[in-house]
Parts: sequence; structure tokens; C-alpha cells
Amino acid sequence: MATKQFKLNVNGKDQTVNADEEMPLLYALRNDLGMSNPKFGCGLAQCGACTVHIDGAAVRSCQLPLSSVSGKITTLEGLGTPEKPHPLQTAYIKEQVPQCGQCINGWMMTAAELLAKNKNPTDAQIKDALTGIKCRCATHMGIMRAVKTAAAMMK
Amino acid sequence: MGKHERNIAVSRRNLLKGAGAGALVVTIGGAVGLDFVKATGTALAQGAKPPLHPEQLDSYLAVGADGKVSVFFGKMDMGHGLHTAVAQMVGDELDVAFKDVTVFMGDTRSSVNQGGASGSTGLQLGGIQMRMAAAEARRVLLAAAATKLGVPAADLVVSDGVVSAKADAAKKVSYKELIGGKYFNHKLNWNKEWGNTLKAVGEAKPKSHTDYKLIGKSFAREDIAPKVFSTEKHIQDHKVAGMVHGRMIRPQIVGSVPVKVDEASIKDIPGAQVVFKPPGFLGVVANTEWGAIKAAEKLKVVWSEVPKPFPNYTDLHDHIRKAPVVSKKTEKENGEIAKAFEGAAKVVTAEYEWPFQSHASMAPATAVVEIKGTKATLWTGGQKPHFARDGVAAILGLKQEDVDGIWLIGPGCYGRNDAGDCAQDCAVLAQSVGKPVRLQYSRADGIQWDPKGPASVIRARAAIDASNNVVGFEFIAKGFSRLEVSSNESKTHDCLAGHFLGHPLKPTQAFNIPANSYAFPNMTLGWEVIAPFVERGSPLRGAHLRDPNGPELQFAGESFIDEVALAIGMDPIEFRLKTAKAPRDLAVIKAAMEKSGWKPRVGPNKDQSGDILKGRGFAYAQRNGSRVAIVAEVEVNRKTGRVWGRKFTVAHDCGQIIAPTDLKQCIEGNIVQGLSRATLEEVKFDQNNVTSVDWNTYPIIDIMDMPESIESVLLDYPDQPPSGAGEPSIRPVAGAVANAVFDATGVRIRRAPFTPERVRQALSSA
Repeated sequence: MATKQFKLNVNGKDQTVNADEEMPLLYALRNDLGMSNPKFGCGLAQCGACTVHIDGAAVRSCQLPLSSVSGKITTLEGLGTPEKPHPLQTAYIKEQVPQCGQCINGWMMTAAELLAKNKNPTDAQIKDALTGIKCRCATHMGIMRAVKTAAAMMK
Repeated sequence: MGKHERNIAVSRRNLLKGAGAGALVVTIGGAVGLDFVKATGTALAQGAKPPLHPEQLDSYLAVGADGKVSVFFGKMDMGHGLHTAVAQMVGDELDVAFKDVTVFMGDTRSSVNQGGASGSTGLQLGGIQMRMAAAEARRVLLAAAATKLGVPAADLVVSDGVVSAKADAAKKVSYKELIGGKYFNHKLNWNKEWGNTLKAVGEAKPKSHTDYKLIGKSFAREDIAPKVFSTEKHIQDHKVAGMVHGRMIRPQIVGSVPVKVDEASIKDIPGAQVVFKPPGFLGVVANTEWGAIKAAEKLKVVWSEVPKPFPNYTDLHDHIRKAPVVSKKTEKENGEIAKAFEGAAKVVTAEYEWPFQSHASMAPATAVVEIKGTKATLWTGGQKPHFARDGVAAILGLKQEDVDGIWLIGPGCYGRNDAGDCAQDCAVLAQSVGKPVRLQYSRADGIQWDPKGPASVIRARAAIDASNNVVGFEFIAKGFSRLEVSSNESKTHDCLAGHFLGHPLKPTQAFNIPANSYAFPNMTLGWEVIAPFVERGSPLRGAHLRDPNGPELQFAGESFIDEVALAIGMDPIEFRLKTAKAPRDLAVIKAAMEKSGWKPRVGPNKDQSGDILKGRGFAYAQRNGSRVAIVAEVEVNRKTGRVWGRKFTVAHDCGQIIAPTDLKQCIEGNIVQGLSRATLEEVKFDQNNVTSVDWNTYPIIDIMDMPESIESVLLDYPDQPPSGAGEPSIRPVAGAVANAVFDATGVRIRRAPFTPERVRQALSSA
């Protein structure tokens, strides 16, 4: 494996990672930078659990090689914290959405991109934005309620 | 800090608190930390602390030096908020505020084995055990208070952990003053059983339900915020010093084993090492997670040639029909079934087919194992950490008491998923390389290779007399066993590691019958089990998948009841109201009927126009004392074949309701997962192996297909024990949807899942 140095800007902080250039961003975030919020779900970009924002766009980090990463990376931690929650996080707590919680990074990061662009989405627009993300506990009813609650909070 | 505290940071804080108090051996400082429990556990030899044993009251709860109550729960919450409900039950029994009760779970160092998450028994068995322990603790504390205050126990009351005389509120003493920081050292009568059925009670009876203040209210779950902010340590995040990363390598053709492994093929990967233990255990480790992934990809292996293990997928159900029965059981029998059919004016027969299904947890399993001499520690995300610990001890050849099992939050399990296999695989890797190993399975390990809910063909027939009475009813489920591997992972033969290491196997043959209270004058209900395609190391090994056998049996059973109702010209619900006998069954049936606005009608919905056909369907089920009735309203697109479960009305009876909001959320998850299983999920295979390996090849429900609404009617029986809600409401979903598809289309689909392709074909050939 050919190791190279990569410079990443994560949640506003410049970081350096030495890794195989084929290695996807997720492994750098989780292992090299010790971040726990993007989760491993499939490693195939099929479930969304590893989603981060790159320059504001939701991207599945498990299939994105380090060599093609450019732009500012935001993880869930950069989206909001217990002290300064994103409205989606507040809404998820209010609606008591998660069961196991493995998937919710993907749902929240993807919905955050939608709500940044559209403060008043219809149900169909929410579903269009979130289609493809998996939740095995099947908390979809709660997810819809929370996204709508968050949208209402952001108005 | 949550109701489910368990992490080491918490423990250390409390340990320091205890140390500061200067009485470490006998004082429980603050909320009890797990390290503290462990530290004091080692003081056992000095007689300072009673052993962590089922017959010790101290094994279930403690009053800390600060008066707060810690509960040590030997079951697990997998996302329904079980710990919240247990805190309500214990708080009520002890008369302690909800905020002052903390539930610890998932750690063999702090709790006895109550079975982990299992069979919707979290409250039904586990919660009741904690209630009984709390009742006995209250009795013991009241007796102590009586002595101290000079007032008979019968004349005392307790409020917020303070005992006072009914006649003189000034005469009072708190739990904190009575026992804070000390052990009860009080013995319970233990029934000598471990797991779900563990029961250890004292002399106390629980309170009358009319005295409960916390039960029946909704409290916010304290595990939610840490999940939403991802601040809680997750199994995928766990690291230990000197740890390497593992990856397993499975055969491409089921049954084949490595004959040549070329270690040189991965020599450029830092730390890469092969672990090959004949006949078939093959894995790799490397210094990094990415390195392990690459090593598994690059490792050159020559595999043995074996005959093709499986038939063509399309022949699955014919295989089940023709296969010899290896075990069978008549579960219910009355009257003379043969005679009933001889004299019948009309006979209705049908056969229903159900596929293999996968747990397909949201992420594949992860485990970490660290071995130090004759001791080891397992960290697991699985639902039965006690049993997983036992399994790791067994495969390592260590004593159970020398291995700790610690649960960290991970993907939901829904039964005997890949987490049990991962724990033992990880242990073998760690022992082989002499280093701690973190094993995060691949996506295929969790869909292609997890234990499966078994496939079946279910046949039913009914004899109807000249006056349209059902006089005979026969129902036989034939399929692969749901226990080819056990529902827990405590034995090596129940895990892939044991299979691939060649350990002797011990499968069990078991299936079920539908659960309802239908009564017919002549009736036979039974099951037949066939042999697996491949006994050892099969990705189709049958195991418990959320509500073991339930969805398929109720799909067949409730579809067939509808077919019989139609044959005798009755509305499906009216036929059930006539045929079901248990009063609480009738109550849920009527509640769902009323709430959904069901108007009796015979035969399918004729009022259709356009390509979207609308239908409604009913199904109900019992499950270990709980009952659920569902009305599904569906839309079937006759061009595309898409079945959309638009609306569900669910009447739910699980006895005493502890936490209504959590119950509603739990029902929603059951309905939507049930809809996914009914309309989309089937594990496919070719002649070599399972071909459902990821989310593209094993699709589950998407947000585009979620219902528009789910309305729950919660029937509360506060004077009855709680009977479990984790699984009952998934049970009737496929049956209700199948009946609604018939109502919409007039076509009976007897093969699940009802995929667009299958529905389109059924409609075009009708």
C-alpha cells in the first residue's frame, strides 16, 4: 500500500493524515482523527450511516478515496453539539426518534443539507432528499416527524 | 448521564467519589460504577461483598451513599427504551423518584444473566424480576425503619425514599440513612435458572397497581440525546492498547475449505497476518482497519472443490415440499380431523410460501477481545452479552468467571444475528495472534452470512358442512428449523467459529404454529422440520429472527382464515369474532375494527377505478400473553405491482402498560419493519452461495414506501402483568397486508414477499 500525506479541513480545523491513497475518507475520520460520529454501515455507499458534508453537500464518506477529497468537511459534531444543537438534533430528541441509533447520522446529515436549502419542504421533497438511506429499526415515522419539526423550528 | 449508564468515565468518577469517602470496601459511592462493582467484587474473598449471584438481593439493586438507586439489569435495551420502563417499575415499587433511579445493563461484571434481549421478555420476565427484587428491598428497608422508629412497618409510608410514620410525619428515616452505601446481604429464593426464566424473590408481594405513580406515564429516554449527538461510546469506537484489526474470509462456495493459503500475497500490508485453523477458519489481521480490509481482498486462497450445496433459488419451495421430514410435532389437536373432512360439503385448501430472511442489522457486527493470561474481556454490540461471554470463554478454553462481557451500543440485533458469531471469531483471532483484536465484520458477513429466519411452506385446509359451519381445520407448517443454531451464542457449535473449526454440531429441530384462540370442533395444528441444505458453515442456518416463525405463521394462518370466511360468505372480522374465544383477543379485534371504521363486507372491494386499487385487510395474533390486531389499508398499482401499506390501525394489548410513548414508537417500528419483511425481503441464493450480500441485493423498506399513518389503540390492563411489546405487533403485519392485497385486487397472493414483480405476475395470470 502506497502511503501519502493528505490535508483535510474537518469542522473548521486543518488536519493531516498519512494513509493509503485508495483509503476512503470514513476510515481517516474514524481511525486517524478519532471521530465517532460518521458510522460504518456498509462500506458500499448504500446506507448513508457514514455521511458527512463536503462544502455543504451530503457525501457518503465510506466510498470516497482520500485522493479525491477536496473542500471543507463537516461531520455531525460540526453540525451541532449538546451545547449548540442543530434544530434537527433538537427535533430528534423531542420526537424521541432513534431506536438503536446506528443510522441517524446519515438521516440527520442528509436532512440538514435539505433544510439548509429549503426551509419549508413538502413531505414529498423530504422523501426525495432522504430516499436511499436505510433504517433497519424502521423508525421512518419518527424521522418524518422530526424533519418536519426541525423545519418548523427553522422558519 | 443516562438511565443506562455503563461507561468507564462514569465508573472512574464514582470510584473516586467512593475513595474520597474513605470506605471503599463497604461503601457504594454515588451511582455505582462498573469498575467499582468489579473492584468490590474482588473483595469477595474477604467477605466484604456478597457475590454477584442470583440469590443475592445486592445483585439487582443498591442504594448509594447519596440515596440514589442503582439497578443492575441482566437484560438489554436494543432501542425501545427498556431501561426507562425498568426504572419506572423499580421506582414505583420502592417509592423512589424516577430521576433517582439509574439502570445499568449489558455488563457481566455488574448483573446476573437474565437472558439479554430475548423474546419480548424485557418487562414480562426481566422487568418483573426487578420489580420483585425492589419489592423485597422495600420490605427489608421498612422492617429496618420500623425498628429504628419504633413504629410497626404496617404504620409506615414511603415517599421519595423517605420512610415516615403515618401518624407522625416527624418520625422519619431515609433509605439513604438506613442503607446508603451498604449492602443488603439479603438472600432471595432463586429458582436455579439462568437467562429469561431466572426468578429470585423474597417474601414481599409487589404493590397494588392502584398505588403506582410512575407506571403508565411517559418519561423521556435518556439514551436519545447521546445517540443524536453521537457522544456515547459505540462498539465501533472501542479501542484497546496494542489492538490490531481483523477480517474474516468465507468460502465462495458453501462447504469448501481452504487448501492453500498464500501468506506472501499480503506481505506488503503493515502487520498483515493470516489466521488459518483447519478445517475452515480463515481470517486476517492487520495494523489498521483499512489494512485488514485490503488483506482480506488480496489474500490468495485455493479452496477445496465441493458439490454444489444449494438447489436453484426458484426450486426452494418445491425442495421444502418434497424433503423428508426429520422432526415433527402436533401442537394442538381436538376431535377427529379425518372424519370431519370425510363428511365435508366443501373443502378449502391453500399453501403459503415464506422465504429465508436476514437480520440485516444496520451495520455488520463488531467485537473487541483482549486476552491477558487466563483472563479475557469481550466488548460486544450484541443483545446477549452474558451468553456471548460464555461463548467466548468456551472457544478460548477459559473459565466463564475469568471472562468479562461488556456491551457497548451497537446496531440493533432483532434476534440471533451476526453479533454472536463475531464475538467468537474475534476471540479466536485474538488468541491466535496474541494481541487484542477488533473485528468489524463486512457488510456481507451481516447479510449473506448471518443466521437466517427459515423458509417454509405452510399448508392449510378447512372442512365446511352444508350449513357453512367450519367443522374441520388442519394447519401444518413445513420448513427449516428455526434453531439450527441456538437463540444464544453461549456454545461454540452455535457460532460460525465452531462450525469452521470442526466442533461437533448440535442443531435443534423446531418450528411453531400460529398463536390465536380460534376454536373448531375438529382441529389439528402442527409442524414439520426438514434437514438443512448444508449442516456445517451454512449462510442459510436457521435461527431466531424477530418474532421467530411469527410473521410467516400468521401470514399463512390469517390469510387462510380470510379464505375460509370468504368460502362461507362472511366478513373476515365478523368470522373472527365468531371463531376467536379469548375475551382479550376479542377486545383487540373489536378495537381495531372500530378505530379503523371497518364496515362488514363479503369478498373483495369492487369499488375500484384507475390503476391504483385500494384494499383493506385484517389480521390478529397472540404472543406470550400479548395480543395485537391490525387493519392494513393498502394501495396496489396494477401496472407496476407495487404494494403500498398506506395506513395501519393497530390495537395492542400487552397487559399493564408501563411507558405509553415508548410503546407507540415500538409499535411503529414493528409495523414498518413488518411491512418491509412482507413486501420486499427475501434472501436469494444460487447453487453456490447466498447472493443477497448487501442493501442492493437485500432491499429493505425505503422512506418512499413508509406508511402515511399508523394509529395505535393501546388497551391497558393495569391490574395484569406486562406481557411484552418488542415483537407482538410485527407478527400480524404480513397477514394483514396479504388480506388487503386480496381485497384490493381479488387475487390471493400466497407467496411472500409481495414484491412488485410477483404481484404483477399474479395479477396478469389471474
